[in-house]
Amino acid sequence: MSELTDIIDTGPSVGQVKKRTFTFGKTGEGLMLDSGRTLAPVSLAYETCGTLNEAKNNAILICHALTGDSHVAGVYEEDDPKLGWWDIMVGPGKPIDTDKYFVICSNVIGGCMGSTGPLSRNPAKDHPYGTDFPVVTIGDMVSCQRRLIDYLGIDKLQAVIGGSVGGMQVLEWSVRYPDRVCAAMPLATTTKHSAQAIAFNEVARQAIMADPKWSKGDYYETGRPEHGLAVARMVGHITYLSDESMRHKFDRKLQDRGEFSFDFEADFQVESYLRYQGNKFVDRFDANSFLYLTKAADYFNLENQYGDGSLVAAFSRAKCRYLVLSFTSDWLYPTYQSKAMVKAMKKNGLDVSFCEIEAPWGHDAFLLPNERLSALIGGFLDRVHTECVCGECHAI
Amino acid sequence: MRFDLQVIASWIEPEAKVLDLGCRTGTLLTYLTQEKSIKGTGIEIDEVAAGEAISKGLSVIHGDIYEEIEDYPDNVFDYVILSQTLQQVYDPEKLIREMLRVGKRCIVTFPNFTHLKNRFQMFFTGRAPVSKELPYEWFNTPNIRVIPIIDFRRFCAGLNIPIVREVGLLTHHHDTKGRVIRFLPNLLATFGVFMLGQAEE
Repeated sequence: MSELTDIIDTGPSVGQVKKRTFTFGKTGEGLMLDSGRTLAPVSLAYETCGTLNEAKNNAILICHALTGDSHVAGVYEEDDPKLGWWDIMVGPGKPIDTDKYFVICSNVIGGCMGSTGPLSRNPAKDHPYGTDFPVVTIGDMVSCQRRLIDYLGIDKLQAVIGGSVGGMQVLEWSVRYPDRVCAAMPLATTTKHSAQAIAFNEVARQAIMADPKWSKGDYYETGRPEHGLAVARMVGHITYLSDESMRHKFDRKLQDRGEFSFDFEADFQVESYLRYQGNKFVDRFDANSFLYLTKAADYFNLENQYGDGSLVAAFSRAKCRYLVLSFTSDWLYPTYQSKAMVKAMKKNGLDVSFCEIEAPWGHDAFLLPNERLSALIGGFLDRVHTECVCGECHAI
Repeated sequence: MRFDLQVIASWIEPEAKVLDLGCRTGTLLTYLTQEKSIKGTGIEIDEVAAGEAISKGLSVIHGDIYEEIEDYPDNVFDYVILSQTLQQVYDPEKLIREMLRVGKRCIVTFPNFTHLKNRFQMFFTGRAPVSKELPYEWFNTPNIRVIPIIDFRRFCAGLNIPIVREVGLLTHHHDTKGRVIRFLPNLLATFGVFMLGQAEE
């Protein structure tokens, strides 16, 4: 996801939040991964806001997108200008209302924002894992989140919500642990990457691996492949926008000049913007993590994993209510992909709502202020709250 | 609530499973959920209306009724409702058969084209009738069919679709009030309301 939200006034805030760490597998059993390898120990960085009620049935898990983190809302320090990535949606009186719900967000494994990933120390070598880190899947990420939910003493989540790669985690939750999810809200997501989505990820990965500083992933002492990672981010960033949003934002406007430079400076505003986004990303993200996370997204295939190739069979495991949302200008995960999952849910008699929201901003739309999106999320959660607390049934 | 919707609501058994095709902002589904504890689903093509219905806490699919109805398994609903939409349906036979595949019964309402006022207008002015129920000119109407109540009966008979109940109503499009017409409905009713499918137990 991009960082367009940096500039937006987000309204009332949850205030100061604290990043915590949950670790398992220090002794004894670690995490058995889908690849067959084992990972131990495993740490998850997580944050919570709101209060868990006595019945422990008001918990909402938010799953972040590809390069996000656990910092979903609020600030770390009182005078910290940087708000959580979904502060517009999560907070007191907001659609994901922290006066009513207990919100949890954790960094995925394979990431670099506090959870175990290639940047973490490999206990076998006393050195960062680098590419010795096992390949993880969306399923592995979710199975770690389940351990965190166990640790927090929560039997059933009122809702799991996420967009993009976070939406994949939401779908995985709903079929992997059907008894532990009351409602699921996959936003701007897919049950499997299209060839086009894999292709963009591969270009991004190649940019990193072609950087001589990458050194097959062992760069933690020799200097990071900053240029490769910046280019990877630029590629990704293009897929989050749309023709219309780029035209609106940049068109062919020149950056700080009246004429072409006739060299390879950033003449156009769009070039300058992408370079800025790339360089900013390098400061906060690890190149190896980017490789692992994009791979996990590419491998995700709900119908193969749970339905032997049939999406209908995959959703036959699910029991929760769904709210599926897509955006008209999202060409990374176009609406037809959301419609395919809705179709499979309906064929299973599941309770599903779907709306394709008109928005010109491309894939990023789920992170931007949108009255329709807020009303849909808030209204759906209100109803789930009533039904989940009362324990009413959910099939059609 | 529109008078035809009130009549539909009165025909629906408590705790039934209901599919409302073209549910708009979910007025009928909300009423049925609150008053009859039904389990409802709606399909609505307009994003704003569908969004509003979902925000009210209803289960609604934003999409086209012809496409969306195809995904449901056989007989999952007790009632499938199509209110004041039949006059815009491209293939009524196909849609009604689909409605009766996914539901045990369907309820259809439509403006009765051969109502007295329309006949007078045509007869005396020689022009296509424009009424409160059918308020469009020939060049801007979304309606592609004209449906007299007796022709709808013939249509059902021709397809061997049993009519479980029917009633004519005298009301107009958005009126919340109206009355049931028992005498000469094809002449005196502005709307026809039909329940089709399996006989009531």
